[in-house]
Amino acid sequence: MASDKNMSSLDANLKPEDFQKIGIDEKQAEVIQRESLSAWKDSLERLRQNKMAMTALVVLGLIVLAALIGPLFSKYNYYSNDLVNSNQPPSSEHWFGTDDLGRDIFVRTWYGARISLIVGLAAAAIDLLIGVIYGGIMGFFGGRVDNIMNKISEVLYSIPYLLVVILLLVVMEPSLFTIIVALTITGWITMSWIVRGEIMQLKNREFVLASRSMGAGSKRLLFRHLLPNAVGPIIVTITLSVPNAIFAEAFLSFLGLGVQAPIASLGSMISDSLTGWMYYPWRFLFPAILISLTMLSFNIFGDGLRDALDPKLKK
Amino acid sequence: MKKSKSLLLMIAMVLVIGTALAGCGGNNANKGNNAAATNAAGNEGSTNTGTATGDEKLAADQTLRVNLSAEPPTFDPAQAQDNQAHTVLQTMYEGLTHVNAETGQAEPGIAEKWDVSTDGLVYTFHLRDAQWSNGDPVEAADFVRAWKRVLDPATAPAAPYAYQLYYLKNGEEYNTKKVTDFSQVGVKAVDAKTLEVTLKSPTPYFLGLLSFYTYYPVHKSVEGNAKWAISKDTMIVDGPYTLTEWTTGQSIQVTKNEKYWDAASIKLSKIDFTLVNSGATELLSYKNGELDRAGNPNGEIPSEQLPMVKKELPNEFVSKGIASTYYYEFNITEKPFSNAKIRKALAMAINRQVLIDNVTKGGQLPAFGYVPPGIAGADGEYRTAVKDSYFTEDVEQAKTLLAEGLKEEGLTALPPVELSYNTSENHKKIALAIADMWKNNLGITVNTVNQEWAVFIENRQHQNYQIARAGWVADYNDPMTFMDMWVTGGGNNDTGYANPEYDKLIADAKASSDLAKRQEDFAAAEKMLIQDDMVILPIYYYTNNSLTKEYLKGVTTDFSGAVDFTRAYLLEH
Amino acid sequence: MGMVRYIANKFFYMIVSLFVLISATFFLMKAIPGDPFTSEKAVPPEIKAHLYEQYGLDKPLYHQYFKYLGDIAQGDLGVSMKRLNQDVTHLIGQTFSASLKLGVVAIIVSVIVGVILGMLAALYHRKFIDSAAMVLAVLGIAVPSFVVASLLQYVFAYKFSIFPVSGFKGPMYYFLPVAALSAQPIAFIARLTRSSMLEVLHADYIKTAKAKGLSWMAILSRHVLRNGILPIVTYMGPMTANIVTGSVVIEQIFGIGGIGKQFVEAISVRDYTLIMGITIFYGILLMVARFITDIAYVLVDPRIKLTGGKEG
Repeated sequence: MASDKNMSSLDANLKPEDFQKIGIDEKQAEVIQRESLSAWKDSLERLRQNKMAMTALVVLGLIVLAALIGPLFSKYNYYSNDLVNSNQPPSSEHWFGTDDLGRDIFVRTWYGARISLIVGLAAAAIDLLIGVIYGGIMGFFGGRVDNIMNKISEVLYSIPYLLVVILLLVVMEPSLFTIIVALTITGWITMSWIVRGEIMQLKNREFVLASRSMGAGSKRLLFRHLLPNAVGPIIVTITLSVPNAIFAEAFLSFLGLGVQAPIASLGSMISDSLTGWMYYPWRFLFPAILISLTMLSFNIFGDGLRDALDPKLKK
Repeated sequence: MKKSKSLLLMIAMVLVIGTALAGCGGNNANKGNNAAATNAAGNEGSTNTGTATGDEKLAADQTLRVNLSAEPPTFDPAQAQDNQAHTVLQTMYEGLTHVNAETGQAEPGIAEKWDVSTDGLVYTFHLRDAQWSNGDPVEAADFVRAWKRVLDPATAPAAPYAYQLYYLKNGEEYNTKKVTDFSQVGVKAVDAKTLEVTLKSPTPYFLGLLSFYTYYPVHKSVEGNAKWAISKDTMIVDGPYTLTEWTTGQSIQVTKNEKYWDAASIKLSKIDFTLVNSGATELLSYKNGELDRAGNPNGEIPSEQLPMVKKELPNEFVSKGIASTYYYEFNITEKPFSNAKIRKALAMAINRQVLIDNVTKGGQLPAFGYVPPGIAGADGEYRTAVKDSYFTEDVEQAKTLLAEGLKEEGLTALPPVELSYNTSENHKKIALAIADMWKNNLGITVNTVNQEWAVFIENRQHQNYQIARAGWVADYNDPMTFMDMWVTGGGNNDTGYANPEYDKLIADAKASSDLAKRQEDFAAAEKMLIQDDMVILPIYYYTNNSLTKEYLKGVTTDFSGAVDFTRAYLLEH
Repeated sequence: MGMVRYIANKFFYMIVSLFVLISATFFLMKAIPGDPFTSEKAVPPEIKAHLYEQYGLDKPLYHQYFKYLGDIAQGDLGVSMKRLNQDVTHLIGQTFSASLKLGVVAIIVSVIVGVILGMLAALYHRKFIDSAAMVLAVLGIAVPSFVVASLLQYVFAYKFSIFPVSGFKGPMYYFLPVAALSAQPIAFIARLTRSSMLEVLHADYIKTAKAKGLSWMAILSRHVLRNGILPIVTYMGPMTANIVTGSVVIEQIFGIGGIGKQFVEAISVRDYTLIMGITIFYGILLMVARFITDIAYVLVDPRIKLTGGKEG
């Protein structure tokens, strides 16, 4: 209001000439007073204000950085043995100690983190891509399409995972790529189910009905309304799929089917050290702390991201 | 409001149940403690039987608790083929003989005494008055029945270890349908208590073989009941214990058989077998007092913990050499390992003692031959008479040999080598360590390939490998169990080795009953196998590493490492 | 569309997908090298031939496949090829009983603890309790289950001797495996609960309910929990099937004879009939769990309609 400044002097003696007619300014009606923010900018701003999430992001950044350059700071490599100096506690020579074959744990930990991150991120990205598309279609179209696609995913989910992995390792060359393929073969299904559930719930909401009645097509409904609104659970699921993939690799390592030795992953290092951790705690602690820290950061950051992206949580 | 009430109610209920569960648990623990207390207090007077010496007092509760790392798939002696089954079957059955673990000699079992013909081909066994667990007498016909079941090609499923009975005259022929009349097979019940066995060729170790489970008798009730060996109700046995409980994946229990002919010398009332397949868990259970024995041969102490266990429990830890060899096989049918010099170079470029001290840590013996110590020779041990000095570890000579070999093959450098092993923590470590030694000593690149067990076996048996890990456990106490593997086309010869001279030496040894001559043949063959051709790369001779509580006595292990619990007993503790 | 028609329809789809599952697993299994009679000490070829003949493995693959389908149609899962003469159903029954008992307790614990943690976090959003609950929950997924299991075992069974190290013989044997088994589901459920409750708490109908002066408890139970629980319901189906079918890692570490451990063993020794039996059993369990999930959806959220075949 233009005459705002006079409001405080209501008790003053007002004369008719103090007033003048301003009429309606058509141009002013649609002006937004608050600075215009795009949805992303807005989210980013709110994310920036979340200290926990930002700390997690910084920690994640540091871990990635260390995984990339950490091994450069040491004169050792991840595969050379030094049998006589096996199972040595941390020292100035070996900062994190040595493992059962006398390999330097400092180098192996960062190298393993690199492998684990690659496995986790690659698997999660593939899970996300397939899961969102598949789950979105299932949830959106419902009915017969849903029924059939749902059954397909169920069958895939029920096929004994271990059989698939063993066959993959026989058919494909044992490599990191094989492990990632093995992890994503069923990994995306959980994601698709979460998306399906969300979409099924959302598509009967009023705003979807409104959009539909205004003639929005399926594509627009799915990508402009349903998926953005389902972003919360999707992000929570992604932040869990990265650790899930890292752990799934660790589980394969536990069964002896993980990355090929002497390549290290955090999971394989932990599972190798598990039988003697009470005697050689350093072999177990460093990779375990790093894997937990990575997971913790992913999750906290994911939570923050979720809060920031959700338009309904705007203050 | 109703909904919220039901929610609260649900939460409350769960909390109550939780507390109740915790309560139960607590009570249970108390009960356990009480039981232990009563045991400790209430054993006066009840234990003065057996051969315990004056200062040894038997515990009141004679229940032995041990672990099997894998569940025996069957208790049918004709179908068994693993050492876990061996351990349990040995408690339930007795064959014609049993082998004294100390001396390695066959001693009377169900057979009280026997006569052997001068040509070493005909054995006549005189059975003692033994009973089956249901009171029926054990007769010669029970052995004939059992052996016929093993050899009969119509037995469903076929007995996988039928070849253990190929020593019998026409045994192999009957099994492979070349002879259809079982009366031609060399086993006959002369009368109820006399069994006559005719062999194909003289077999000096035959009496020892008879203690093996494939030779156990079976009760007549097994005929027409395919499922007899899976239920405690239909398992009628002639050994010291009977099966009293079997929960798949969980536990097996055997209880003393009062009908056993030598029941007086059996002191245990029960043996509880748990089925834990993690070595770390087994060790923790042992340390926590849930097991009386842990480790080889039925379990495994993780090699990581061996040095600590030795230090912490010096009175309980035992390391004992057994007749098994750990080695690598070469696929000699393909380049570059068709060249013996290259194979020899690899064998010489390993430091076995360093490997044992730092990787396997079980006090194994470095192996430079194939036949392990503990195997009987002509007079005493074979390995004592025939030293395994077939080659030495020598990096310089290895380099020379490698260079010569490469030149012969027209190569300038060895292409990357693939070393495959089956999934196991120990195999992996050994492979990595050896690969690193080869890389450092000879400058060759080695890719270690981990394969799932059955995939690995298939690959190795189809010679789809370059170098593969292997191990061989003695089936019986004679060098033959190791040496006849490498004959041309032998079922377990995965290397492609074909040497007529070698074959002839083995054939001679098989036909001969002259122990000294056989030993010479074996020595010549082993020299050919290792020193001349280096078909396999010996790494170490196994040891059994086990932990036994100090109050547990009378557990024996034989030359092959098989453990016998039947005569064990527990002291007051 | 009636409930009966709906269920009949679902049932039809279930049979079809079971058939696909059986076929896929059958050929997958046969494609892997090795067979039940692969052993380190090679069985002589004649004996192996007998064995193949007796188990029908000498027949062409399609023959074996149709024979198996025929047996299945008659409800016969056959006998194990490795555990001689033991019925597959008997083996599944014995090992599943251990996994089921453990699994049910673990699910109850996970849901209660998870929902409570998640609710607390959502109600005290951005306060200390939120962070504390989430850190606690995240720890469950931040540490691999075999590490959790080994640590619990070492500390509570060995160091403090409160619980037994291994076995499954009574109530005391539940605590450690259940704790290890529920660590991850708790974390998942807590996070999902928090996430979806936050969403619901900001929805207009909650504000309306508040404005109407409904008591906090009523709002929570009638509106917040009911709507916030949906994603958990989605997760519950597969989770139940997963937990109940046993965890190889937990069963191996605590020496429990569950179906998970048995399955891995069956695969490793190529016990064809047992692999198929457990796969079918697991498939049915999962499908039933998913079916119940769908029903539960309808019950929890009246806006979702049962749609059997066609969309209305």
